[in-house]
Amino acid sequence: MEPLSNRRKEVAQKEMTFAERAYLPAIAQGLGITLKHFFKKKATVQYPEQTRERSSVWRGLHVLKRDENGAERCTACGLCAVACPAEAITMTAGERKAGEEHLYREEKYAVTYEVNMLRCIFCGLCEEACPKAAIFLQDDKLAPARFERDEFIYGKDRLVEPNKTTETK
Amino acid sequence: MESVDLLYKAIYILVIFGITLLIATYSTYFERKIAAFIQDRVGPNRAGPAGLLQPLADAGKLFFKEDFIPAKANKALFILGPGVAMLVATMSSAVIPFGDMLIVGGREVYLQAIEVNIGVLYIFGVVSLGVYGLMIGGWASNNKFSLLGAIRAASQNISYELAMGLSLIAVLMLTGSLSLREIAAQQAGFNWNIWYQPLGFLIFLVCAFAETNRTPFDLPESEAELIGGYHTEYGSMKLGMYLFAEYINIFVVSAVMSTLYFGAYNFPFMENLRQAISDPVLANNVVTIVGVVAMFIKIFLFIFFFMWVRWTLPRFRYDQLMKLGWNILFPLAILNILLTAGGILLKDYFF
Repeated sequence: MEPLSNRRKEVAQKEMTFAERAYLPAIAQGLGITLKHFFKKKATVQYPEQTRERSSVWRGLHVLKRDENGAERCTACGLCAVACPAEAITMTAGERKAGEEHLYREEKYAVTYEVNMLRCIFCGLCEEACPKAAIFLQDDKLAPARFERDEFIYGKDRLVEPNKTTETK
Repeated sequence: MESVDLLYKAIYILVIFGITLLIATYSTYFERKIAAFIQDRVGPNRAGPAGLLQPLADAGKLFFKEDFIPAKANKALFILGPGVAMLVATMSSAVIPFGDMLIVGGREVYLQAIEVNIGVLYIFGVVSLGVYGLMIGGWASNNKFSLLGAIRAASQNISYELAMGLSLIAVLMLTGSLSLREIAAQQAGFNWNIWYQPLGFLIFLVCAFAETNRTPFDLPESEAELIGGYHTEYGSMKLGMYLFAEYINIFVVSAVMSTLYFGAYNFPFMENLRQAISDPVLANNVVTIVGVVAMFIKIFLFIFFFMWVRWTLPRFRYDQLMKLGWNILFPLAILNILLTAGGILLKDYFF
């Protein structure tokens, strides 16, 4: 039969040579390999002090953005919740009252906005679906481990970007 | 013996005891470090700088764990087992010459706890007693796996002691003495026994691995097949004692190998160093101290080698172990004796 690749090897059992039977050359070879590893660069990342470098398009914890005046961009249209394949996003919409223009950008806003971080798969589809550029996945934060399941449901208190006191870039 | 001598001996024995325990303690740390380095990890580095306090943390953990004794175990022997293992392990470093002789205030001070003219036999006797610790502990646990481990330990030690003793006989034929100090003194400078006994050393080395129950001969405590062997039922510091005794044994065997084959406290160009210093007392003391350092460097290299091998080789099968011991090492050791005898005769005939 025509060989599929030139990597084919004969595997017939050959009688071992004296060096092979003596086992000592093989031990020396093995010791050489382990000694080489002894001086190799270590693979460990010293976690709390050092974090692994992330890609620039890495998708981490969600953030609800504010506009340049500090008003929340989200208008509770629900497109993110629809786009979400894990059904992690829930929200309730409310109407903006007079005098709240500096808080909410549009007439309709999200009264509650919750992301369940246990369900979320960090795919970033909410980010793509959002017409108002309100929700983004940050590239420098992640949802840390917690003891209670409730604590993984992030409400607006933890999602909305804090008010900036200085000029945004 | 004068009271000053007694006092000196007492201090020296305490120091050697302390050093033995210290080295055994830090062997556990270096074992983990070396294992980690060989596996491309960094090893313990949280307790203290570079993890140097890790042995203390381990000891603290072992001391505070529940001291458990199985209900059906023989209580007295169960407690005696680790004690015997530990006692015997610490006893054997008594006759090892860690250095030559210091001259302090006109008094000759030998850096050896006890000088006996049967030093080698003493070491062999004491080291083979060590198997009692494993045997007693394994039997007293009243557990099939422990008993299997203990039996393995006993038969393995008996099998390999034979080849070990025979490889040693060749050295004794060369030196004509059983005293370790005498053997060390005959290897002055770079005239080490390893140059005359390479085969004997190889046999001794393999047997030393088997005697200390180290990989690739760690069948008595193989965790995969015997869930820990003779120390299956042990916990707390009793387990710690067994593990500790193993490290002390490694230290002792390394010291014995350095003494028998690698010139003990002798180092190359030691006579040149002695002549370079004009004051004879100072010269002697400097050479002795450098010799002690050389001895410990040799011991540490051997301990490193033990660990290096442990993280390289897989475990033998039991039949392979027995075959290696009886069919290969034993005849080789006898061959080595014949070769040595022939060499000695030829030397007498020609020179």
